Amino acid sequence: MTIQRDDVLNWVRDYAQVIEDNHEMLTNLDREIGDADHGANMHRGFKAVLEKLPSVEDKDIGTILKTVGMTLLSKVGGAAGPLYSTVFMKAGMTIGAKMEMELSDWVQALEAGIAGVTNLGKAQLNDKTMLDALFPAMDALKKAIADGASTGDALKQSAEAAHQGMLATIPLMARKGRASYLGERSIGHQDPGATSTTLLLESVAKKWADC
Amino acid sequence: MKKLINNPENVVKEELKGIELAHADLVKVYYDPDFIVRADAPVQGKVGLVSGGGSGHEPMHGGFVGKGMLDAACPGAVFTSPTPDQMLEATKAVDGGAGVLHIVKNYTGDVMNFEMAADMARGEGIEVESVVVDDDVAVEDSTWTAGRRGVGLTVLMEKIVGAAAEEGRSLKECADLARKINGQGRSMGMALTSCTVPHVGKPSFDLPEDEMEIGIGIHGEPGRHRIPLEPADKITEMLLEPVVSDLPFKEGDEVLLFVNSMGGTPLIELYIVYAKAVELLKAKGIKVVRHLIGPYITSLEMAGTSITLLKMDEEMLKLWDAPVKTAGMRWGI
Repeated sequence: MTIQRDDVLNWVRDYAQVIEDNHEMLTNLDREIGDADHGANMHRGFKAVLEKLPSVEDKDIGTILKTVGMTLLSKVGGAAGPLYSTVFMKAGMTIGAKMEMELSDWVQALEAGIAGVTNLGKAQLNDKTMLDALFPAMDALKKAIADGASTGDALKQSAEAAHQGMLATIPLMARKGRASYLGERSIGHQDPGATSTTLLLESVAKKWADC
Repeated sequence: MKKLINNPENVVKEELKGIELAHADLVKVYYDPDFIVRADAPVQGKVGLVSGGGSGHEPMHGGFVGKGMLDAACPGAVFTSPTPDQMLEATKAVDGGAGVLHIVKNYTGDVMNFEMAADMARGEGIEVESVVVDDDVAVEDSTWTAGRRGVGLTVLMEKIVGAAAEEGRSLKECADLARKINGQGRSMGMALTSCTVPHVGKPSFDLPEDEMEIGIGIHGEPGRHRIPLEPADKITEMLLEPVVSDLPFKEGDEVLLFVNSMGGTPLIELYIVYAKAVELLKAKGIKVVRHLIGPYITSLEMAGTSITLLKMDEEMLKLWDAPVKTAGMRWGI
């Protein structure tokens, strides 16, 4: 089965709803080790995405994702704005003008998104950032595909790996972003960026389960 | 939460409206994307100075737009970096043909957004240089963190480089001067109370009545150490000592001493801190030749202070004394 344009739209809408439902939780995580704005910023960004989406919903997947990326760039601010914007822009550019895609297209798109985040944020694994969810999710996705898993199962395993990666940020000391100023006091708290990223990949797995 | 606001989501827009109405002689305010430019922008042949950052630090940066200081400021949401589209439009609005200097405080988001904006502006043919301010000695380990934060020195840099740009210096000369200032200024801050971001509705961190937070930034982020409250003299020593020893400032140095309120601390307390700081510096043979005292780079209603020292020379003294006419700082005009 392929991933249709409407599946992509459903996922973006679902993630916007997930952010709507969880923005206070994300802001509270950020309040503990950051500056208490991650949920609010993502919420503002995805509300704007929902307003923008009707103007491109008859377009191709690449255009839709790039539009999401541009909207986030101008609405989110902070570090999350450029970082999430990059994920969507690079993914959109990689997929291009397709109305449907294979899982392999999504793997390439996500890989380009991760490369963009790494380039912009200069973070590595275990720095207590969104990459701590993205790297294990990518590894699990590739492994599941190599093992012959269905699209739905592969995405589910990828989301589960992201979730584990997110939980694994709790004992880590932050080395990037505003939490890094806390030094050892950042230990014992779950990273807000890894959390919102995990929610994103869980939303993908949920909405594309039958693809 | 008890605040003089209407709706947490509209605080920045409503603030901009007030600035627009109050200071029409000094600035023009643009919306969506939001930015503030000096009323006579672009000034032909003059380097444009653009800064920006999260809101909640007033009067920085919007209050420093005007003759002799910034040409434009981009306000983000409260404590959140503004976005590249704001910075790009502000850069275009102040480009008088001599290039534009971005003054960026060293926070992950600010640096990323300004980098993207500078690239976009260069793509449109505008010469852009960026200088990152990172004067906060409270960040001890720069290797394993996002690096030292930009705090109080930002205000002094915007004033001094603003005067240099007004004099007609080139983009490279302005950028070099800004980097020189960053190289010889240091700061450290502390909080007596936390602050409440309007859309969050509760304090950014919990600070008991008998404790203080040393080494805070300007975004309500907790600092490095939480310790029992001490008298003002002792706190002044705890802030000044790491600032002096970091550069280090030496006997015979002439400095500008900036005692800043984090928003909630009144002038009466700042003067107590100032007096002790001058005494401590005098004992080290360091001469305070200029001062700035008051709320210039704040964290909403947080009570607390920060101390900034900047080593001065004849050139910088002349630029510091040069006329400035902004909402937040005004002399010589």
